[in-house]
Amino acid sequence: MNGYDFTFAGARLTALGSGALWWGEQRLLCVSDLHLGKSERIARRGGIPLPPYEVTDTLDRLAADLARTAPETVICLGDSFDDAEAARALPEPARLHIATLQAGLRWVWIEGNHDPGPVDIGGTHLRELTLGPLLFRHIAQDGAQGEISGHYHPKAALRLRGRSLSRPAFLLDQDRIVMPAYGTYTGGLRSDAPVLARLMRPGALAIVTGPSPVAVPMPR
Amino acid sequence: MPQLSALLTDWFTAKGWSVHPHQQAMFDRADRPATLLIAPTGGGKTMAGFLPTLAELAAGQHQGLHTLYVSPLKALAADIKRNLSTPVDEIGLAIRIEDRTGDTSATQKKRQRADPPHILLTTPESLALLTSYEDAPRMFAGLRRVVVDEIHALAESKRGDQLMLALARLQTLCPDLRRVGLSATVEDPEAIARFLARHPDPCEILLADPGPDPDIAMLETEEMPPWSGGGAAYAIPAVLDQIRRHRTTLIFHNTRAQAEIFFHNLWLANDEGLPIGIHHGSLDRTQRERVEAAMVRGELRAIVCTGSLDLGIDWGDVDLVIQIGAPKNVKRLVQRIGRANHRYNAPSKALLVPANRFEVVECIAALEAVRAHALDGDPRGPGPRDVLCQHILIAACSGPFDADALFAEMTSAGPYADLARSEFDACLDFCATGGYALRAYDRWQRLQQRPDGQWQLRDPRSAQRIRQNIGTIQDTDTLKVRLRRNRGGKPLGEVEEGFAASLTPGDTFLIGGQIVRYEGLREMVVEVSHRADKKPKIATFMGTKFATSTQLSARILDLFSQADWPQLPHHTAEWLALQRQVSRLPERGRLLIESFPQDGREHLCVYGFAGRNAMQTLGLLLTKRMEETGLNPLGFVATDYAVLIWGLEATTDPAPLFEIDSLRAGLDQWLAGNAVMKRTFRASATIAGLIERNLGGQRKTGRQATFSSDILYETLLKYDPHHLMMQITQAEAMRGLVDFGRIEEMIARVGDRIDLVRLDRVTPLAAPLFLEVGKVPVQGAAEERLLAEESARLLADAGLTA
Repeated sequence: MNGYDFTFAGARLTALGSGALWWGEQRLLCVSDLHLGKSERIARRGGIPLPPYEVTDTLDRLAADLARTAPETVICLGDSFDDAEAARALPEPARLHIATLQAGLRWVWIEGNHDPGPVDIGGTHLRELTLGPLLFRHIAQDGAQGEISGHYHPKAALRLRGRSLSRPAFLLDQDRIVMPAYGTYTGGLRSDAPVLARLMRPGALAIVTGPSPVAVPMPR
Repeated sequence: MPQLSALLTDWFTAKGWSVHPHQQAMFDRADRPATLLIAPTGGGKTMAGFLPTLAELAAGQHQGLHTLYVSPLKALAADIKRNLSTPVDEIGLAIRIEDRTGDTSATQKKRQRADPPHILLTTPESLALLTSYEDAPRMFAGLRRVVVDEIHALAESKRGDQLMLALARLQTLCPDLRRVGLSATVEDPEAIARFLARHPDPCEILLADPGPDPDIAMLETEEMPPWSGGGAAYAIPAVLDQIRRHRTTLIFHNTRAQAEIFFHNLWLANDEGLPIGIHHGSLDRTQRERVEAAMVRGELRAIVCTGSLDLGIDWGDVDLVIQIGAPKNVKRLVQRIGRANHRYNAPSKALLVPANRFEVVECIAALEAVRAHALDGDPRGPGPRDVLCQHILIAACSGPFDADALFAEMTSAGPYADLARSEFDACLDFCATGGYALRAYDRWQRLQQRPDGQWQLRDPRSAQRIRQNIGTIQDTDTLKVRLRRNRGGKPLGEVEEGFAASLTPGDTFLIGGQIVRYEGLREMVVEVSHRADKKPKIATFMGTKFATSTQLSARILDLFSQADWPQLPHHTAEWLALQRQVSRLPERGRLLIESFPQDGREHLCVYGFAGRNAMQTLGLLLTKRMEETGLNPLGFVATDYAVLIWGLEATTDPAPLFEIDSLRAGLDQWLAGNAVMKRTFRASATIAGLIERNLGGQRKTGRQATFSSDILYETLLKYDPHHLMMQITQAEAMRGLVDFGRIEEMIARVGDRIDLVRLDRVTPLAAPLFLEVGKVPVQGAAEERLLAEESARLLADAGLTA
């Protein structure tokens, strides 16, 4: 599998090139910040009518990861929907697609700042979830351990023999993992942004997503 | 027809001036619906445009706005205001003249809408904004004339297309509106006339006496031009000597980075402290204004500048124009030369300074073309639809509209005269619903059709956002540069975001003629400190890059074919001879390709001579095919005459790469995924209103909230590849950045006469390419390989293991 293997809080994890996190021994797949319905929300608020394909694209990529890993549990780590109305307005084909993906799986929606309340789509809605040594929540908290969160959409900018590259990235230190955003219509926050530099300990790694994910010292 | 009033005639007489024949001719045609005047700089062109206005206003009957003056530069509007106020004040006419640009205060703008002046001087963008207000009919009521200055410059860009759509709007409001265009010398006046006039009105073209031929030569220097590079530092002593011997010298550069470097070097050599300034579009406005004011007061002996001084602002007593670097285009060279000597009927004096030996050849070719009065230029094609989309949204801001009426109005604009109704309807659908194959926004349409059939904004709040997005000028994302020193240190100018992102603390670069050290980024401001003791890292912020014209390229190849080169300086002749000796020289009917290792990479240099844009496209097409065949290309850089590709493997058989059929077949596929298309998409989507311009102050934090336009492009490509924006992007790219026509022309010229020369090192002719900016990375297998290497290296350095 195209992924970067590492051990975190005693758990053997794999950061996939797609931006999903795989916990093999638990057969658990975690994705963060899907922001489904973003284009609908922007248009509703009188903004620009963006290409309305991001839900399809995000779900297609998620389906591919599910097919590849065959998990028993799926955790969506918050901001799965751009807002509650966007969740309600999801077109029927998208709802059916989600239902198909959920069939036979334990599916957990962790609440995020964009989607704090429950949605009328199958799955369990939780504020946070502890599984063995790991704690899944949307926004990282001070003093946490074994914490896996999203929210910041981290990306890493690198210079490679004089050329620059910027991609979504997992941030990793001994206490926490900050997941990259999985949704198609999501931007990124560079890892050298003060909020991320403060959050992550010295010696933190950035796992750069892409065809072959690799780790680098987190650019600060 | 009004007579040139006694008041005006007396004023001319009192000044000791006489009315030029073309000024009289313009006056005699004051009632024509459209007139185009082509006159050299200094020919009293502006006065020719305004004489009828002054005569009509002198009668004192007119209430409200009478004449609208539109120019491409804010500075030009301010300049004309000053020049017009002189006769108006001296004659004692009660005429109110005001300008309105991005710099005008909000209070003043508000007042102008309520109580417009007689003469309003503005820019295409400010005018478009004015037409978007609901009270536009009241403000423009009674407008009689519009004067479009420097129309040759506007006609080359989308700013001109936008202006013509705005004029179509004004013509609907004021059916008797008369149009005047003022132009410098151009190769195809009829095209400009069609551009200006309301379709299908006639437009008479008046040609003023072009004056004597310019006195133009290549600067003789003791030092030889270097093998490569664009700085022309070798010419500093000779240029200083010329500055000393003239009153005021304008020193033109093709890019801002080159202007910065040259200015820096000029100051280092300026022992006697001659007052010399620098002026370009990346400098802070207050800095630019200071230079402009000093220039007008006659305090400067020279100004190092870029295209920001190209247009006809009266900078006083310029008696020499120096062009540093190859002129790329004969027409623009002639227009720049016209900036020297504003006295009618005196020859302009100009010197060309090639920055390197290749440019010596180009300068000689350009001189021969100027002497032959051979101007170059390519027809521009129909008006672009992204501008049309923006204009539909602007119309919706001003109030409900009828689609038939709007279509009739827009097709009266010259650039859109041939627009098909189906094309218009597709643009309207895009503005209303996004125009997607998946109809997702029935509830949230941007424009809605009312029961009476008129279109209007669904959400009135969107008018504000549409207005903020008006304009067609693409500011690449730039960041302000400030001195760190204290809070809110002195602003120096702007650099591109991409350039800023490549800086690490301690790097140095030039801005405003100073070397500064990059200290850090704070709230999207680049903070720097003074650092006088270091050689700078080169600033790569943008300057306009033009492609060398077809005609000039052909002249260069003809020069190469000579047995020897008596008209070239001996050093350049020797250099060409050396190239001929170690490799060979490009020829008109053949394609020369060199292959050599350098700096641990394999290089392929293709001398296509098809102009920068086409060579860029060729680079993209070739690297794509190389990627497919496992040659692991890493990137390329294109100039007007060649493309240099580097990668991990050497190319041994180039012929298959150049089969026109497979190039063309690959084009569609290729068009899809490359950086040029994404850049073109970004520009067009911003103009059409699919992407909002980054607004100053709104992007300090929360960058994760916005995502790159590349994602929109890729989404459309995957799910809606025939969407209007994709069609527009392809059309734009084909005639602009892609320029595939010139590749076809090159391949037809070359046939199967491809010469591959394998060498053990870089050749004289290839060397300059290594210093070119604008290198394009290839995102392929090689990138993953480099990333893996870098990861291993960094982790090892940090004492970590993967």
